[in-house]
Amino acid sequence: MRRWIYAGGRLALAVPVLFSIAVLNFFLIHLAPGDPASVMAGEGGSATPEYMAMLRHKFGLDQSLPLQLWHYVVNVATLDLGYSFRNDEPVLTLILDRLGPTLLLMGTAFVISVGAGILLGLLAGTGRNSWRDGASSILALLASATPSFWLGLMLIVLLSIRLGWLPTSGYETIGSFYEGRAYALDVGRHLIMPALSLALFYLALYTRVMRASVIEQMNMDYVVTARAKGQTELGIIFGHILRNALLPVVTMAGVQAGNLIGGSVIVESVFGWPGIGTLAFAALQGRDLNLLLGIFLVSACVVVAINLMVDLAYVALDPRMDM
Amino acid sequence: MQDALLRFARNRLALLGAVVLLLVLTMAAAAPVLYPAGAFALAGPPLQPPGGRFLLGTDTLGRDVAAGIVYGARTSLMIGVVATLAAVVLGVLIGAVAGYYRGKPDLALMRITELFQTIPSFILAILLVAILSPSADSEIAAITLVSWPGIARLARGEFASLGGREFVLACVGLGAGDGRIVFRHLLPNCASPLIAVGSLLVANVILFESGLSFLGLGDPNLMSWGLMISAGREVLRSAWWICTFPGLAIVATVLAINLIGDGLNEALNPRLRDR
Repeated sequence: MRRWIYAGGRLALAVPVLFSIAVLNFFLIHLAPGDPASVMAGEGGSATPEYMAMLRHKFGLDQSLPLQLWHYVVNVATLDLGYSFRNDEPVLTLILDRLGPTLLLMGTAFVISVGAGILLGLLAGTGRNSWRDGASSILALLASATPSFWLGLMLIVLLSIRLGWLPTSGYETIGSFYEGRAYALDVGRHLIMPALSLALFYLALYTRVMRASVIEQMNMDYVVTARAKGQTELGIIFGHILRNALLPVVTMAGVQAGNLIGGSVIVESVFGWPGIGTLAFAALQGRDLNLLLGIFLVSACVVVAINLMVDLAYVALDPRMDM
Repeated sequence: MQDALLRFARNRLALLGAVVLLLVLTMAAAAPVLYPAGAFALAGPPLQPPGGRFLLGTDTLGRDVAAGIVYGARTSLMIGVVATLAAVVLGVLIGAVAGYYRGKPDLALMRITELFQTIPSFILAILLVAILSPSADSEIAAITLVSWPGIARLARGEFASLGGREFVLACVGLGAGDGRIVFRHLLPNCASPLIAVGSLLVANVILFESGLSFLGLGDPNLMSWGLMISAGREVLRSAWWICTFPGLAIVATVLAINLIGDGLNEALNPRLRDR
């Protein structure tokens, strides 16, 4: 029971975080040179004077700063993120349309990096100073020094241009009209390289965390007890160590959620993956600052949601939360 | 300190990192001598493959890729060091106030720190640079703003754990001011973990900067590795070398700094060696 009270507390904490992000956004708008109305209209110069006047009225831009902040927060809270003239669509619609592919990319990269990281960390930690440890350390060192966008380009050179195995970019084969399983396979083929490019850096991170955690757990008294009872080494590793060693990895996965969505921005722009990263890149090119602010806000919400899920995973994994 | 140096020198990987970093530093320092015309100068015909007259080939405009790499090293190292120093100063100040005074300031500052750790830092950095308009200064400002929280949390922990020690109480008893206690007595005692984490931060900042300049948010007047890679994207199919070499430069530099950072961490914090 107590663990659900804890989870509820975490949920309640998300509200002030989201509020602070909206306030931060407000200050960023005022940091930009020039009229805040022109920032919110998108600096393409394509907004109509009527819309600018409407913005000034709606956000109370002729009133005091605290009142302006109030207006802004109310608008954000009612999910009104403004209108993008460059794309001729409301900002929120634009972002929500692109959120699916981004979540698919992030989710796949997350599963690859956490799964392979746990596996490699376990292999390295249980065979300390063996060849397994050395090999996974070298992989982790190289992976944590490689920029994801460059890795993506190199994968394109190797797997698409030289070998012709995978499509270079996009989400699906244009004009193919696949359905059902064929469609899923097609998207999957397009997903492989972006997901790998995004995952590798985090894979290195989780490998290091998992290795350290496994080594720490191996020296615990309960391992000695299990061994004394005649438990086999494999039984000790999978029955006792694994679950305990996972906790720091789960914590780290939550901490890295924000970085994962930031990383997907850059990977998406390499592969033309039609998510919010490509949208952010286009907004950057067109100096559509309001759209960028909206992307920032929505991605922060995604991170808060992921952190909540990690908290719940923690509750499920660690029975000590009940004490 | 001598012990630490010795431990560092015995770590072969860390020494390898130091040698590579020294090479990159020499390259950066010698850039005006090696390529007096600068990184943006047209050196020959466009899209020359590596080997021959141009060691690493030329790009789409006929600029020497090798010159770009050498000048890019200056940009990367400059931004890496300046932004890291700024983040460490900011983080230590915030962490010191939180860890030394505890209570309400601690609570408030740690909430802010957690907030900055939650929000997607790369997107915030993109926003800031876009708002301030791309330049080395705005890149440094943006990277500093997203990099301090880790340092602040570390510094807070260190200051908080030193706070109640006898030597601090003795200082208070002798009438030392808060500023004197924090900077003269506490700071030197938590220098080791800060140096180790700070050196690893340089590597992350360089990666971060390469991402920003890849998206076109770097200083337009400075050559950078990220910019070279983004310029080479268009001709990836026919001229692989334009993208490949700057990327290798990033990997080598970041790897070297990471190795040094790990080595420093082990040398300065021997208690952690078993981890």
